[in-house]
Amino acid sequence: MSARATTAHSVVEIKAAGKWFAGILVAAYALVAVIPLAWILMTGFKSPPDSISYPPKVVFEPSLEGYVNVFTNRSRQTPEYLESLGPPKAWYDKISRKRNMVITGPSRFAGRYMNSVVIGFGSTFLAVFLGTLAAYGFSRFKVPLKDDLLFFILSTRMMPPIAVAIPIFLMYRTLGLSDTILGMILLYTAVNVSLAVWLLKGFIDEIPREYEEAAVVDGYTRLQAFIKVILPQMRAGIAATAIFCLIFAWNEYAFALLLTSGNAQTAPPFIPIIIGEGGLDWPAVAAGTTLFLVPIVFFTVLLRNQLLRGITFGAVRK
Amino acid sequence: MAEVVLQGVGKSFGETRALKALDLTVGDGEFVVLLGPTGAGKTTSLRLVAGLERADSGTIRIGGTEVTDWPPAPRNIAFVFQQYSLYPHYSVFDNMAFPLRAPGMDLSKDEIAGRVREIARLLRIEDKLKNRATQLSGGEMQRVAIGRALVRQPSIFLMDEPLSSLDAKLREEMRVELKRIQHDLGATTLYVTHDQLEAMTLADRIGVLREGVLVQIDTPRAVYETPRDIYVARRLGSPQINILDPGVLTLDGLPPGAAQIGVRPEDVILRHDGGTPARVRAVEHLGVETVIVLDSGGTKIHALLGAAGAFAPGDTTTLGVHPGAAMAFDSQGARIAATSAPTREAAYGT
Repeated sequence: MSARATTAHSVVEIKAAGKWFAGILVAAYALVAVIPLAWILMTGFKSPPDSISYPPKVVFEPSLEGYVNVFTNRSRQTPEYLESLGPPKAWYDKISRKRNMVITGPSRFAGRYMNSVVIGFGSTFLAVFLGTLAAYGFSRFKVPLKDDLLFFILSTRMMPPIAVAIPIFLMYRTLGLSDTILGMILLYTAVNVSLAVWLLKGFIDEIPREYEEAAVVDGYTRLQAFIKVILPQMRAGIAATAIFCLIFAWNEYAFALLLTSGNAQTAPPFIPIIIGEGGLDWPAVAAGTTLFLVPIVFFTVLLRNQLLRGITFGAVRK
Repeated sequence: MAEVVLQGVGKSFGETRALKALDLTVGDGEFVVLLGPTGAGKTTSLRLVAGLERADSGTIRIGGTEVTDWPPAPRNIAFVFQQYSLYPHYSVFDNMAFPLRAPGMDLSKDEIAGRVREIARLLRIEDKLKNRATQLSGGEMQRVAIGRALVRQPSIFLMDEPLSSLDAKLREEMRVELKRIQHDLGATTLYVTHDQLEAMTLADRIGVLREGVLVQIDTPRAVYETPRDIYVARRLGSPQINILDPGVLTLDGLPPGAAQIGVRPEDVILRHDGGTPARVRAVEHLGVETVIVLDSGGTKIHALLGAAGAFAPGDTTTLGVHPGAAMAFDSQGARIAATSAPTREAAYGT
């Protein structure tokens, strides 16, 4: 047999030209998707004049001014007053002095960021916890009106959540939940729990009942069987669901803008309104946005294997 | 080990009556196989004994104690599922130790390790104990699943088609192994299958189920030789028993009222002097045996011969039946007891 004959053409295998085409397509899309992110990352390290220069600067002198500004409040002083203060003490003082500013204290950014962390992770935990229990119930027990209930749960996602903003605003004002962390956690949990129930039910449905039945026959209670047998096998599903819930709660803007102002404001409504001299302080906004992206990137990378399995669940029979 | 007694046990799922007043006794140390097609109520019977389903009516006793409304755990049974149901996140050892770590077992680590090793030796999977459950072959997985049932020293074993997901060769090995283990332990076993070969080789007694009714329960040989009706006759034997109109073959001594005649393929005689003429339609060589598919006046007949079958498709021959081997069934399908085991034995001289 000649060497030629051994290179058989598979029906499913893509030809080299097709691979190249697909590669170029993916790369082009990635470029389009990455450009805004890269621009934000770059802007965070620009000086304010560089950030608004025209034509836009691609090559610039990096500066930490944006990061200093996002964390601090500053006030402009006369050169004489600055002179009287003596030399700047820390590197961040030096940066602000250059613009004839003194740092008067920390900004509210850190507090807003912490609000985002507490509300985002708190609501994710609650949504996944409640979702797991509900999904298990729907998957394993005879629930009266099961299909109707499941549809009802899903139907809460059929309109944009912001459509109910006014009733929720009024309700929260009456209940005293406006501008509270608890209120925001409850709200995001309510929005996410429907997604969590549906996703997790799919995962639990895929776990054969025999696993629990074997455990129950072996002398375990149903709850013990759930914890020892079902939960470990749901890890991928829980991870995927948690990421989806976290991304929603973390990025949510409209409700946060409407319902929070002083106490419980999260980072998304705060970041775009960081004002510098003569308008928005773009490097500070970009620096805040960059920092805001970090946790999601971190968790997505951490759980990427689980996530990949989670997103493709049900697609391939094991 | 203990005796299991089911009395008038019924179970419905919605409109479907899965079991209709089942009476069944599995004696101490006995191996009973329930045989029947899908939907006959085999698995339901097992699940009722296990306590995974609650009976609508009737009583279930294990070792003399009524357990009808008990949850599964205190019944002290072991269940081997059709799917191996090994926990993928545990090692083989942990899988086998799982029942021993259940609440209420109160065993020390050494006791657990000792018991698991002992059973692993019995099943010849000692060297696999450290493996993850997912790294095993199908046969090994099923042995671990059986091992998990054995470590508990339960009062009864319930097995739901434990071999059906294995390939043919492994199934044969495991069949032998299972019988050996059951025999060594004297384990009371209720075993469910739709595979007649498993039923014939494993069972002390075979119970044939049909649509939730236990049609017949007896030793494999008795069920095979004296089936109660056409349904039971068709469940055992490969190729299936020939069910013929009385006119197809010339037979002597048919009882009155015989609406249909059953002839096992091995009881068909070819080149029979004065027999019914037939044409050979196909010849299937199975090694030791040969299946000949014949056509007699439009009726298909299977004959099972020894290796010496010098027949080719298209040949014509004549058919007869071993004296006394034909079974007669009435218009309802019930067997008319003219041909009983003794007459068959007389006919064969065994």
